[in-house]
Amino acid sequence: MAAKKYDAGVKEYRSTYWEPEYQVKESDILAVFKVIPQAGISREEAAAAVAAESSTGTWTTVWTDLLTDLDYYKGRAYAIEDVPGNDEAFYAFIAYPMDLFEEGSVVNVFTSIVGNVFGFKAVRSLRLEDVRFPLWFVMSCPGAPNGMMVERDILDKYGRPMLGCTIKPKLGLSAKNYGRAVYEVLRGGLDFAKDDENVNSQPFMRWRDRFLFCQEAIEKAEAETGERKGHYMNVTAATMEEMYERAEFAKEIGTPIIMSDYLTVGWAAHTSLSKWCRKNGMLLHVHRAMHGVIDRNPNHGINFRVLAKLLRLIGGDHLHSGTVVGKLEGDREATIGWINLMRDRFIKADRSKGIFFDQDWGPQPGVFPVASGGIHVWHMPALVSIFGNDSVLQFGGGTLGHPWGNAAGAAANRVALEACVQARNEGREIEKEGKDILTKAAAHSPELKIAMETWKEIKFEFDTVDKLDVQHR
Amino acid sequence: MSVQDYKSRLSDPASRKMGTFSYLPQMTPDQIRKQIEWIVKNGWNPAIEHTEPKYAMSNYWYMWKLPMFGETDVDVILAELEACHAANPDNHVRLLGYDNFRQSQGANMVIYRGKPV
Repeated sequence: MAAKKYDAGVKEYRSTYWEPEYQVKESDILAVFKVIPQAGISREEAAAAVAAESSTGTWTTVWTDLLTDLDYYKGRAYAIEDVPGNDEAFYAFIAYPMDLFEEGSVVNVFTSIVGNVFGFKAVRSLRLEDVRFPLWFVMSCPGAPNGMMVERDILDKYGRPMLGCTIKPKLGLSAKNYGRAVYEVLRGGLDFAKDDENVNSQPFMRWRDRFLFCQEAIEKAEAETGERKGHYMNVTAATMEEMYERAEFAKEIGTPIIMSDYLTVGWAAHTSLSKWCRKNGMLLHVHRAMHGVIDRNPNHGINFRVLAKLLRLIGGDHLHSGTVVGKLEGDREATIGWINLMRDRFIKADRSKGIFFDQDWGPQPGVFPVASGGIHVWHMPALVSIFGNDSVLQFGGGTLGHPWGNAAGAAANRVALEACVQARNEGREIEKEGKDILTKAAAHSPELKIAMETWKEIKFEFDTVDKLDVQHR
Repeated sequence: MSVQDYKSRLSDPASRKMGTFSYLPQMTPDQIRKQIEWIVKNGWNPAIEHTEPKYAMSNYWYMWKLPMFGETDVDVILAELEACHAANPDNHVRLLGYDNFRQSQGANMVIYRGKPV
């Protein structure tokens, strides 16, 4: 085969980066983007441009291209599909060879595939819908520090979802009053209390004071109820040095679980913390502040299923997933799709749940999805049905807003949860029979009865903005 | 209803809970049977453990014989629960469903509640 000659100038991307006959390899990283091209640009050219700009290409031919085997290193667009219900957009499927990426670095993968290309003029908007991580890459990442089954053993919780509560008001409580709120929800029957994401170490409540008061709350509630308890101590901070200092202190005082915000701290920082947790036997709760900025626009950004997969790679034992039924955005089938991606070993492609690729996680343990935000006892049957046992259901206002206080609110949630689990195990259709199940349970729980009277009318029935792509009806 | 106190005390042994279903009233025989059916239906291995209430927070309760690997007869499982209770009348007795595929317990519930301390 004769060597190529150097031919300077601008070539169409499609001549190099559109390869419909390409057979994808097991080792490739695969991505699917939803693309809306600029007017006058063909789908093939736009798809090829995305492949080029997210891998080896630039806008013009350069002589150094000829010093390497570009055919081996380039990403290529290998398929194009219509987007159901959206005539402007199309799906572009792109395969990236494994040599393009550093082992164990999601930072590197995402710097490539959602880097410059998102500002690229030839496309009007671009959304990364799904990524298939090959097993070699999965195994080069740390994964969950502990995983779901280890957490169940550590905390002695079996046969049901776990229950949590975010302490409110978000900001402004003194450490001692805050610890009081934690103690009350734990003694009432919840498994966890949680720092809110923006509770870090403000002047009104420094982290060390909060950790100490909350640990006393945990220990007293454990002695009182005979059950194991935790409070997600938020170690999110401005620098890794401070995060490590807070994490070390949390470990020193004997608390079981800490918390980080994986998007705002940055993925490298989060990965370091996750590895610290593995090394130190600490559970890691992961919040997702800022995700709405990235994942909510249906035409531009990154779908949450990709962010969820990313977290499973860099490591967390819990991850917020949306509730479907509460105050925050979330399409039911799409949510079920990504909670399966968090928990299962192997997930088959299933377009009805927004999953474009088979995903094999090898032996990496699963992550508990956390349903949190605007939920209360009346949502319990739907939550147990949607999320199943392997989840954490978190009621903030739905615990603290109980007319008799936090402990009674916690007890109401615990009774409602156990009644739903019992009914499900008995073979009843709990979503259909929810009212009957809760009403009967309330007959022996005045706390639940009052909770049901308090929240009966609250509903959040806004239309979802980020929905699965479906045909026009 | 006016505001009520939440009755839970360090000094009151009745405040001690015991995991899943301990916030519900003690199960009736029919309800217990249905939970055993759930364990069998899922293909889990039933197992029975018991402990003196004083040591309930330990990970390791006493095993009542070995787990009943492959047992699907609800009456046999019920009879073992009763036998364990008869032999250890003051102890908590719990029923587990070992899920060997997930290396965890799919179910874990106290069937007989001993006198808490």
